[in-house]
Amino acid sequence: MTENRIPLIETIDLKKNFGKLEVLKGISEKIFRGEVVSIIGPSGGGKSTFLRCLNLLETPTSGKVLFEGAELNEKSTDLNLHRQRIGMVFQQFNVFPHLKVIDNITIAPVMTKKYTKAEAEAKALALLETVGLADKALEYPRKLSGGQKQRLAIVRALAMEPEVMLFDEPTSALDPEMVKGVLEVIQGLAESGMTCVIVTHEMGFAKKVSDRVLFIDGGVIAESGTPEEIFEHPQNPRTKEFLAQVL
Amino acid sequence: MGKSVIDVLVEYWPIFLKGLAGTLKYAFIAVTLGSVLGAAVAFVQLSKNKFISFIASVYVNVLRGTPLLVQMYISYYFLPMAIPALNRIDKVYFVMLALTLNSSAYVAEIIRGGIGSVDPGQTEAARSLGLTKSQTMLRIILPQAVKNILPALGNEYIAMIKETSLAGTFMLYELMYTRTILANKYLVWQPQLIIAGIYLVVTLVLSFGVKKMEKRLSVSD
Repeated sequence: MTENRIPLIETIDLKKNFGKLEVLKGISEKIFRGEVVSIIGPSGGGKSTFLRCLNLLETPTSGKVLFEGAELNEKSTDLNLHRQRIGMVFQQFNVFPHLKVIDNITIAPVMTKKYTKAEAEAKALALLETVGLADKALEYPRKLSGGQKQRLAIVRALAMEPEVMLFDEPTSALDPEMVKGVLEVIQGLAESGMTCVIVTHEMGFAKKVSDRVLFIDGGVIAESGTPEEIFEHPQNPRTKEFLAQVL
Repeated sequence: MGKSVIDVLVEYWPIFLKGLAGTLKYAFIAVTLGSVLGAAVAFVQLSKNKFISFIASVYVNVLRGTPLLVQMYISYYFLPMAIPALNRIDKVYFVMLALTLNSSAYVAEIIRGGIGSVDPGQTEAARSLGLTKSQTMLRIILPQAVKNILPALGNEYIAMIKETSLAGTFMLYELMYTRTILANKYLVWQPQLIIAGIYLVVTLVLSFGVKKMEKRLSVSD
Protein backbone atom coordinates (compact mmCIF):
# COMPACT_ATOMS: atom_id res chain seq x y z
CA MET A 1 0.00 0.00 0.00
CA THR A 2 1.52 3.26 -1.05
CA GLU A 3 0.69 6.05 1.36
CA ASN A 4 0.26 8.79 -1.23
CA ARG A 5 -2.97 7.37 -2.68
CA ILE A 6 -6.25 8.78 -1.36
CA PRO A 7 -7.74 6.26 1.01
CA LEU A 8 -11.35 5.16 0.38
CA ILE A 9 -12.07 5.44 4.08
CA GLU A 10 -10.00 7.25 6.64
CA THR A 11 -10.57 7.86 10.31
CA ILE A 12 -8.64 10.50 12.19
CA ASP A 13 -8.40 10.25 15.97
CA LEU A 14 -11.89 8.73 16.12
CA LYS A 15 -13.40 8.68 19.60
CA LYS A 16 -16.76 7.44 20.76
CA ASN A 17 -18.24 7.55 24.23
CA PHE A 18 -21.47 5.97 25.38
CA GLY A 19 -22.25 8.12 28.38
CA LYS A 20 -19.18 7.89 30.54
CA LEU A 21 -17.92 4.76 28.85
CA GLU A 22 -15.09 5.41 26.40
CA VAL A 23 -15.54 2.79 23.70
CA LEU A 24 -13.18 4.20 21.07
CA LYS A 25 -10.17 6.05 22.36
CA GLY A 26 -8.73 7.58 19.22
CA ILE A 27 -8.48 5.44 16.10
CA SER A 28 -6.63 6.70 13.04
CA GLU A 29 -6.73 4.27 10.16
CA LYS A 30 -6.79 4.22 6.38
CA ILE A 31 -8.58 1.72 4.21
CA PHE A 32 -7.73 1.72 0.52
CA ARG A 33 -9.79 0.76 -2.51
CA GLY A 34 -9.72 -2.98 -3.15
CA GLU A 35 -8.44 -3.82 0.30
CA VAL A 36 -9.98 -6.56 2.41
CA VAL A 37 -9.57 -5.66 6.05
CA SER A 38 -10.66 -7.92 8.88
CA ILE A 39 -11.19 -6.58 12.37
CA ILE A 40 -10.73 -9.02 15.23
CA GLY A 41 -10.61 -8.62 18.97
CA PRO A 42 -12.40 -9.40 22.21
CA SER A 43 -16.08 -8.58 22.76
CA GLY A 44 -16.59 -5.06 24.05
CA GLY A 45 -13.27 -3.95 22.64
CA GLY A 46 -14.88 -1.50 20.22
CA LYS A 47 -14.62 -3.29 16.88
CA SER A 48 -18.34 -3.13 16.01
CA THR A 49 -18.55 0.47 17.21
CA PHE A 50 -15.59 1.34 14.98
CA LEU A 51 -17.30 -0.28 11.98
CA ARG A 52 -20.59 1.45 12.72
CA CYS A 53 -18.80 4.79 12.85
CA LEU A 54 -17.62 4.30 9.27
CA ASN A 55 -21.12 4.97 7.89
CA LEU A 56 -22.12 7.05 10.88
CA LEU A 57 -24.70 4.65 12.27
CA GLU A 58 -22.87 5.73 15.40
CA THR A 59 -22.04 9.41 15.57
CA PRO A 60 -18.44 9.84 16.69
CA THR A 61 -17.92 11.85 19.85
CA SER A 62 -14.87 13.46 18.25
CA GLY A 63 -12.49 12.89 15.38
CA LYS A 64 -13.20 12.55 11.69
CA VAL A 65 -14.52 9.94 9.30
CA LEU A 66 -13.55 10.60 5.68
CA PHE A 67 -15.11 8.74 2.77
CA GLU A 68 -13.33 9.42 -0.52
CA GLY A 69 -11.97 12.52 1.14
CA ALA A 70 -15.39 13.89 2.19
CA GLU A 71 -15.90 14.43 5.87
CA LEU A 72 -18.96 12.40 6.83
CA ASN A 73 -19.48 13.77 10.32
CA GLU A 74 -19.73 17.32 9.06
CA LYS A 75 -23.14 18.98 9.15
CA SER A 76 -23.08 20.14 5.52
CA THR A 77 -22.31 16.67 4.15
CA ASP A 78 -25.23 14.84 2.53
CA LEU A 79 -24.84 11.67 4.52
CA ASN A 80 -27.59 9.77 2.68
CA LEU A 81 -25.78 10.23 -0.60
CA HIS A 82 -22.58 8.77 0.82
CA ARG A 83 -24.37 5.96 2.60
CA GLN A 84 -25.75 4.83 -0.76
CA ARG A 85 -22.18 3.93 -1.64
CA ILE A 86 -21.29 2.20 1.63
CA GLY A 87 -22.96 -1.20 1.91
CA MET A 88 -23.52 -2.75 5.30
CA VAL A 89 -24.36 -6.24 6.46
CA PHE A 90 -25.55 -6.84 10.00
CA GLN A 91 -25.21 -9.68 12.45
CA GLN A 92 -29.02 -9.96 12.72
CA PHE A 93 -29.51 -9.68 8.92
CA ASN A 94 -32.19 -6.97 9.31
CA VAL A 95 -33.98 -8.02 6.16
CA PHE A 96 -37.33 -6.26 5.71
CA PRO A 97 -39.95 -8.83 6.76
CA HIS A 98 -42.89 -7.02 5.17
CA LEU A 99 -41.30 -7.01 1.71
CA LYS A 100 -40.83 -9.88 -0.69
CA VAL A 101 -37.26 -10.98 -1.30
CA ILE A 102 -37.02 -9.08 -4.57
CA ASP A 103 -38.56 -5.94 -3.07
CA ASN A 104 -36.03 -6.08 -0.24
CA ILE A 105 -33.40 -5.63 -2.93
CA THR A 106 -35.12 -3.11 -5.18
CA ILE A 107 -36.48 -0.73 -2.55
CA ALA A 108 -33.26 1.23 -2.04
CA PRO A 109 -32.22 1.59 -5.72
CA VAL A 110 -35.77 2.62 -6.65
CA MET A 111 -36.37 5.00 -3.72
CA THR A 112 -33.02 6.71 -4.25
CA LYS A 113 -33.78 6.94 -7.99
CA LYS A 114 -30.65 5.04 -8.88
CA TYR A 115 -32.64 2.73 -11.15
CA THR A 116 -36.17 2.44 -12.47
CA LYS A 117 -38.27 -0.33 -11.02
CA ALA A 118 -37.79 -2.53 -14.09
CA GLU A 119 -34.02 -2.03 -14.15
CA ALA A 120 -33.75 -2.64 -10.43
CA GLU A 121 -35.77 -5.86 -10.70
CA ALA A 122 -33.63 -7.20 -13.53
CA LYS A 123 -30.52 -6.45 -11.53
CA ALA A 124 -32.00 -7.94 -8.37
CA LEU A 125 -32.78 -11.20 -10.14
CA ALA A 126 -29.24 -11.39 -11.45
CA LEU A 127 -27.89 -10.78 -7.96
CA LEU A 128 -30.18 -13.41 -6.45
CA GLU A 129 -28.89 -15.82 -9.05
CA THR A 130 -25.31 -15.29 -7.85
CA VAL A 131 -26.22 -16.29 -4.29
CA GLY A 132 -28.52 -19.17 -5.22
CA LEU A 133 -31.77 -17.47 -4.21
CA ALA A 134 -33.33 -16.80 -7.61
CA ASP A 135 -36.18 -19.23 -6.89
CA LYS A 136 -37.03 -17.32 -3.69
CA ALA A 137 -37.52 -13.93 -5.36
CA LEU A 138 -41.27 -13.82 -4.74
CA GLU A 139 -41.20 -15.30 -1.23
CA TYR A 140 -41.31 -13.33 1.98
CA PRO A 141 -38.16 -13.46 4.11
CA ARG A 142 -39.91 -15.56 6.78
CA LYS A 143 -39.59 -18.51 4.41
CA LEU A 144 -35.81 -18.20 4.31
CA SER A 145 -33.25 -19.83 6.57
CA GLY A 146 -30.78 -17.69 8.50
CA GLY A 147 -28.08 -18.25 5.91
CA GLN A 148 -30.45 -17.34 3.10
CA LYS A 149 -31.53 -14.20 4.92
CA GLN A 150 -27.92 -13.13 5.29
CA ARG A 151 -27.19 -13.78 1.63
CA LEU A 152 -30.28 -11.70 0.81
CA ALA A 153 -28.96 -8.93 3.07
CA ILE A 154 -25.64 -9.02 1.22
CA VAL A 155 -27.19 -8.68 -2.23
CA ARG A 156 -29.57 -6.02 -0.93
CA ALA A 157 -26.50 -3.95 -0.06
CA LEU A 158 -24.80 -4.84 -3.36
CA ALA A 159 -27.81 -3.62 -5.34
CA MET A 160 -26.72 -0.07 -4.51
CA GLU A 161 -23.37 -0.83 -6.18
CA PRO A 162 -21.39 0.36 -3.20
CA GLU A 163 -17.71 1.25 -3.17
CA VAL A 164 -17.17 -0.66 0.03
CA MET A 165 -18.96 -3.33 2.04
CA LEU A 166 -18.99 -3.29 5.83
CA PHE A 167 -19.70 -6.61 7.54
CA ASP A 168 -20.62 -6.58 11.22
CA GLU A 169 -20.09 -10.13 12.48
CA PRO A 170 -22.04 -11.52 9.51
CA THR A 171 -22.01 -15.14 10.63
CA SER A 172 -22.33 -14.79 14.41
CA ALA A 173 -26.09 -15.29 14.47
CA LEU A 174 -26.07 -18.24 12.08
CA ASP A 175 -26.45 -21.93 12.77
CA PRO A 176 -23.08 -23.60 12.17
CA GLU A 177 -24.19 -25.35 8.99
CA MET A 178 -25.19 -22.00 7.46
CA VAL A 179 -21.87 -20.25 8.03
CA LYS A 180 -19.98 -21.70 5.10
CA GLY A 181 -22.42 -20.54 2.44
CA VAL A 182 -22.34 -16.97 3.70
CA LEU A 183 -18.55 -16.90 4.02
CA GLU A 184 -18.25 -18.16 0.46
CA VAL A 185 -20.33 -15.25 -0.78
CA ILE A 186 -18.17 -12.77 1.13
CA GLN A 187 -15.00 -14.43 -0.10
CA GLY A 188 -16.27 -14.24 -3.67
CA LEU A 189 -16.87 -10.52 -3.22
CA ALA A 190 -13.45 -10.00 -1.70
CA GLU A 191 -11.81 -11.82 -4.59
CA SER A 192 -13.77 -9.78 -7.13
CA GLY A 193 -11.98 -6.69 -5.87
CA MET A 194 -14.69 -5.24 -3.64
CA THR A 195 -13.31 -3.27 -0.73
CA CYS A 196 -14.43 -5.07 2.41
CA VAL A 197 -14.20 -4.30 6.10
CA ILE A 198 -15.19 -7.34 8.10
CA VAL A 199 -15.67 -7.57 11.86
CA THR A 200 -15.47 -11.29 12.52
CA HIS A 201 -14.85 -14.05 14.99
CA GLU A 202 -14.03 -16.48 12.19
CA MET A 203 -10.25 -16.46 12.49
CA GLY A 204 -9.67 -19.01 9.76
CA PHE A 205 -11.74 -16.93 7.39
CA ALA A 206 -10.00 -13.69 8.35
CA LYS A 207 -6.67 -15.33 7.72
CA LYS A 208 -7.75 -16.64 4.35
CA VAL A 209 -9.40 -13.57 2.77
CA SER A 210 -7.77 -10.54 4.36
CA ASP A 211 -5.07 -8.29 3.02
CA ARG A 212 -4.79 -6.78 6.43
CA VAL A 213 -5.98 -7.60 9.94
CA LEU A 214 -6.69 -5.06 12.67
CA PHE A 215 -6.71 -6.22 16.27
CA ILE A 216 -8.93 -3.82 18.24
CA ASP A 217 -8.89 -4.05 22.01
CA GLY A 218 -9.68 -1.50 24.70
CA GLY A 219 -10.86 1.06 22.15
CA VAL A 220 -7.64 1.24 20.15
CA ILE A 221 -6.02 -0.66 17.30
CA ALA A 222 -3.63 -2.63 19.44
CA GLU A 223 -1.95 -4.23 16.45
CA SER A 224 -2.34 -4.35 12.69
CA GLY A 225 -0.60 -6.21 9.92
CA THR A 226 -0.90 -8.89 7.28
CA PRO A 227 -2.75 -12.05 8.31
CA GLU A 228 0.59 -13.74 8.58
CA GLU A 229 2.03 -11.06 10.86
CA ILE A 230 -1.01 -11.08 13.14
CA PHE A 231 -1.77 -14.78 13.25
CA GLU A 232 1.75 -16.25 12.99
CA HIS A 233 3.96 -13.64 14.62
CA PRO A 234 1.87 -11.38 16.85
CA GLN A 235 3.97 -8.77 18.62
CA ASN A 236 1.56 -7.27 21.15
CA PRO A 237 1.10 -9.47 24.25
CA ARG A 238 -2.66 -8.71 24.15
CA THR A 239 -2.87 -10.06 20.61
CA LYS A 240 -1.02 -13.17 21.66
CA GLU A 241 -3.32 -13.67 24.62
CA PHE A 242 -6.45 -13.15 22.53
CA LEU A 243 -5.31 -15.52 19.80
CA ALA A 244 -4.31 -18.14 22.36
CA GLN A 245 -7.88 -18.03 23.65
CA VAL A 246 -9.70 -18.22 20.33
CA LEU A 247 -7.48 -20.47 18.24
CA MET B 1 -91.39 -5.36 40.23
CA GLY B 2 -93.71 -4.60 37.30
CA LYS B 3 -92.65 -5.54 33.78
CA SER B 4 -90.01 -8.15 32.98
CA VAL B 5 -86.81 -7.41 31.08
CA ILE B 6 -88.24 -9.16 28.04
CA ASP B 7 -91.42 -7.06 28.18
CA VAL B 8 -89.39 -3.85 28.29
CA LEU B 9 -87.11 -4.97 25.48
CA VAL B 10 -90.03 -5.93 23.25
CA GLU B 11 -91.89 -2.72 23.96
CA TYR B 12 -89.02 -0.23 23.77
CA TRP B 13 -86.48 -1.84 21.42
CA PRO B 14 -86.44 1.11 19.02
CA ILE B 15 -85.22 3.32 21.86
CA PHE B 16 -82.39 0.94 22.71
CA LEU B 17 -81.49 0.57 19.05
CA LYS B 18 -81.31 4.32 18.62
CA GLY B 19 -79.18 4.52 21.75
CA LEU B 20 -76.81 1.84 20.46
CA ALA B 21 -76.54 3.64 17.13
CA GLY B 22 -75.63 6.82 19.00
CA THR B 23 -73.01 5.01 21.07
CA LEU B 24 -71.38 3.43 18.02
CA LYS B 25 -71.50 6.71 16.14
CA TYR B 26 -69.96 8.82 18.90
CA ALA B 27 -67.29 6.24 19.63
CA PHE B 28 -66.45 5.97 15.95
CA ILE B 29 -66.19 9.73 15.46
CA ALA B 30 -64.08 10.13 18.60
CA VAL B 31 -61.64 7.36 17.69
CA THR B 32 -61.40 8.39 14.03
CA LEU B 33 -60.74 12.05 14.73
CA GLY B 34 -58.68 11.02 17.75
CA SER B 35 -56.54 8.83 15.51
CA VAL B 36 -55.72 11.65 13.15
CA LEU B 37 -54.88 13.96 16.01
CA GLY B 38 -53.14 11.19 17.95
CA ALA B 39 -50.92 10.34 14.97
CA ALA B 40 -49.84 13.97 14.79
CA VAL B 41 -49.14 14.00 18.52
CA ALA B 42 -47.15 10.76 18.29
CA PHE B 43 -44.90 12.15 15.56
CA VAL B 44 -44.38 15.34 17.51
CA GLN B 45 -43.44 13.20 20.50
CA LEU B 46 -40.91 11.32 18.38
CA SER B 47 -39.39 14.54 17.12
CA LYS B 48 -35.80 15.37 17.89
CA ASN B 49 -36.77 18.81 19.15
CA LYS B 50 -36.81 18.27 22.91
CA PHE B 51 -39.12 21.18 23.62
CA ILE B 52 -42.00 20.30 21.29
CA SER B 53 -41.75 16.61 22.14
CA PHE B 54 -42.01 17.63 25.79
CA ILE B 55 -45.17 19.65 25.07
CA ALA B 56 -46.68 16.62 23.33
CA SER B 57 -45.84 14.43 26.33
CA VAL B 58 -47.54 16.88 28.66
CA TYR B 59 -50.63 16.80 26.44
CA VAL B 60 -50.73 13.01 26.53
CA ASN B 61 -50.09 12.78 30.26
CA VAL B 62 -52.71 15.35 31.21
CA LEU B 63 -55.41 13.69 29.10
CA ARG B 64 -54.54 10.21 30.31
CA GLY B 65 -54.01 11.26 33.88
CA THR B 66 -57.38 12.95 34.44
CA PRO B 67 -60.83 11.32 34.30
CA LEU B 68 -62.78 11.66 31.08
CA LEU B 69 -65.81 12.84 33.04
CA VAL B 70 -63.80 15.75 34.42
CA GLN B 71 -62.58 16.58 30.91
CA MET B 72 -66.19 16.55 29.71
CA TYR B 73 -67.28 18.93 32.46
CA ILE B 74 -64.47 21.31 31.63
CA SER B 75 -65.26 21.19 27.95
CA TYR B 76 -69.06 21.38 28.39
CA TYR B 77 -69.35 24.05 31.07
CA PHE B 78 -66.05 25.81 31.39
CA LEU B 79 -65.13 26.39 27.73
CA PRO B 80 -68.35 28.27 26.78
CA MET B 81 -68.07 30.22 30.01
CA ALA B 82 -64.50 31.24 29.32
CA ILE B 83 -65.19 32.07 25.67
CA PRO B 84 -68.78 33.34 25.36
CA ALA B 85 -68.68 33.29 21.56
CA LEU B 86 -68.69 29.49 21.80
CA ASN B 87 -72.24 29.53 23.18
CA ARG B 88 -73.61 29.64 19.65
CA ILE B 89 -72.23 26.17 18.99
CA ASP B 90 -74.29 23.06 19.66
CA LYS B 91 -73.38 21.59 23.05
CA VAL B 92 -72.94 18.16 21.46
CA TYR B 93 -69.66 19.36 20.02
CA PHE B 94 -68.21 20.10 23.42
CA VAL B 95 -68.82 16.55 24.56
CA MET B 96 -67.35 15.26 21.30
CA LEU B 97 -64.34 17.49 21.80
CA ALA B 98 -63.61 15.91 25.16
CA LEU B 99 -64.09 12.40 23.76
CA THR B 100 -61.86 13.12 20.76
CA LEU B 101 -59.03 14.74 22.71
CA ASN B 102 -59.14 11.96 25.27
CA SER B 103 -58.99 9.34 22.55
CA SER B 104 -56.15 11.16 20.76
CA ALA B 105 -53.95 10.81 23.84
CA TYR B 106 -54.47 7.06 23.96
CA VAL B 107 -54.00 6.73 20.20
CA ALA B 108 -50.76 8.74 20.41
CA GLU B 109 -49.41 6.19 22.86
CA ILE B 110 -50.63 3.32 20.68
CA ILE B 111 -48.83 4.73 17.63
CA ARG B 112 -45.69 5.57 19.54
CA GLY B 113 -45.67 2.08 21.02
CA GLY B 114 -46.30 0.52 17.61
CA ILE B 115 -43.39 2.38 16.06
CA GLY B 116 -41.20 1.64 19.06
CA SER B 117 -41.93 -2.07 18.76
CA VAL B 118 -40.21 -2.31 15.37
CA ASP B 119 -36.66 -3.60 15.68
CA PRO B 120 -34.17 -0.69 15.54
CA GLY B 121 -32.12 -2.87 13.18
CA GLN B 122 -34.76 -2.15 10.53
CA THR B 123 -34.04 1.56 10.73
CA GLU B 124 -30.30 0.93 10.68
CA ALA B 125 -30.56 -1.29 7.61
CA ALA B 126 -32.71 1.24 5.77
CA ARG B 127 -30.50 4.20 6.66
CA SER B 128 -27.35 2.27 5.77
CA LEU B 129 -28.79 1.83 2.28
CA GLY B 130 -29.06 5.59 1.97
CA LEU B 131 -32.81 5.97 2.51
CA THR B 132 -33.79 9.21 4.19
CA LYS B 133 -35.45 9.39 7.57
CA SER B 134 -38.92 9.92 6.11
CA GLN B 135 -38.50 7.21 3.45
CA THR B 136 -37.45 4.84 6.23
CA MET B 137 -40.47 5.77 8.33
CA LEU B 138 -42.97 5.49 5.47
CA ARG B 139 -41.66 2.43 3.67
CA ILE B 140 -39.97 0.36 6.36
CA ILE B 141 -41.15 1.25 9.87
CA LEU B 142 -44.83 2.17 9.52
CA PRO B 143 -45.83 -0.86 7.42
CA GLN B 144 -44.42 -3.05 10.18
CA ALA B 145 -45.83 -0.93 13.01
CA VAL B 146 -49.33 -1.12 11.54
CA LYS B 147 -49.53 -4.74 12.62
CA ASN B 148 -49.39 -3.63 16.23
CA ILE B 149 -51.26 -0.38 15.78
CA LEU B 150 -54.44 -1.64 14.06
CA PRO B 151 -55.51 -4.18 16.71
CA ALA B 152 -54.73 -1.66 19.45
CA LEU B 153 -56.91 0.91 17.67
CA GLY B 154 -59.68 -1.71 17.59
CA ASN B 155 -59.32 -2.08 21.34
CA GLU B 156 -59.38 1.69 21.74
CA TYR B 157 -62.69 1.73 19.85
CA ILE B 158 -64.06 -0.91 22.20
CA ALA B 159 -62.90 1.08 25.21
CA MET B 160 -64.46 4.23 23.74
CA ILE B 161 -67.79 2.46 23.30
CA LYS B 162 -67.87 2.09 27.06
CA GLU B 163 -66.51 5.59 27.69
CA THR B 164 -69.26 7.25 25.63
CA SER B 165 -71.68 6.11 28.34
CA LEU B 166 -70.56 9.25 30.15
CA ALA B 167 -71.95 11.36 27.32
CA GLY B 168 -75.46 10.43 28.43
CA THR B 169 -74.85 12.64 31.44
CA PHE B 170 -74.80 15.55 28.98
CA MET B 171 -78.01 14.49 27.23
CA LEU B 172 -76.39 13.02 24.15
CA TYR B 173 -78.62 10.30 22.77
CA GLU B 174 -76.58 7.18 23.28
CA LEU B 175 -77.17 3.85 24.98
CA MET B 176 -76.85 5.12 28.53
CA TYR B 177 -79.25 7.95 27.80
CA THR B 178 -82.06 5.43 27.22
CA ARG B 179 -81.93 4.87 30.96
CA THR B 180 -82.96 8.48 31.52
CA ILE B 181 -85.76 8.24 28.95
CA LEU B 182 -87.23 5.10 30.43
CA ALA B 183 -86.83 6.30 34.00
CA ASN B 184 -89.49 8.84 33.11
CA LYS B 185 -91.81 5.89 32.49
CA TYR B 186 -90.96 4.50 35.93
CA LEU B 187 -88.77 1.79 34.44
CA VAL B 188 -85.47 1.64 36.31
CA TRP B 189 -83.88 -1.74 36.80
CA GLN B 190 -84.97 -3.40 33.53
CA PRO B 191 -83.32 -0.82 31.24
CA GLN B 192 -80.13 -1.02 33.25
CA LEU B 193 -79.83 -4.77 32.77
CA ILE B 194 -80.68 -4.44 29.09
CA ILE B 195 -78.08 -1.70 28.61
CA ALA B 196 -75.42 -3.78 30.37
CA GLY B 197 -76.33 -6.74 28.16
CA ILE B 198 -76.07 -4.70 24.97
CA TYR B 199 -72.66 -3.26 25.95
CA LEU B 200 -71.42 -6.74 26.77
CA VAL B 201 -72.58 -8.30 23.50
CA VAL B 202 -71.18 -5.46 21.41
CA THR B 203 -67.78 -5.41 23.11
CA LEU B 204 -67.47 -9.21 23.04
CA VAL B 205 -68.28 -9.33 19.34
CA LEU B 206 -65.84 -6.53 18.56
CA SER B 207 -63.12 -8.12 20.75
CA PHE B 208 -63.54 -11.31 18.79
CA GLY B 209 -63.11 -9.30 15.57
CA VAL B 210 -59.94 -7.66 16.89
CA LYS B 211 -58.48 -11.05 17.85
CA LYS B 212 -59.13 -12.30 14.32
CA MET B 213 -57.49 -9.23 12.83
CA GLU B 214 -54.49 -9.68 15.12
CA LYS B 215 -54.05 -13.26 13.93
CA ARG B 216 -54.31 -12.27 10.30
CA LEU B 217 -51.81 -9.46 10.60
CA SER B 218 -49.25 -11.58 12.42
CA VAL B 219 -49.10 -14.12 9.60
CA SER B 220 -46.20 -12.33 7.91
CA ASP B 221 -43.92 -12.78 10.95
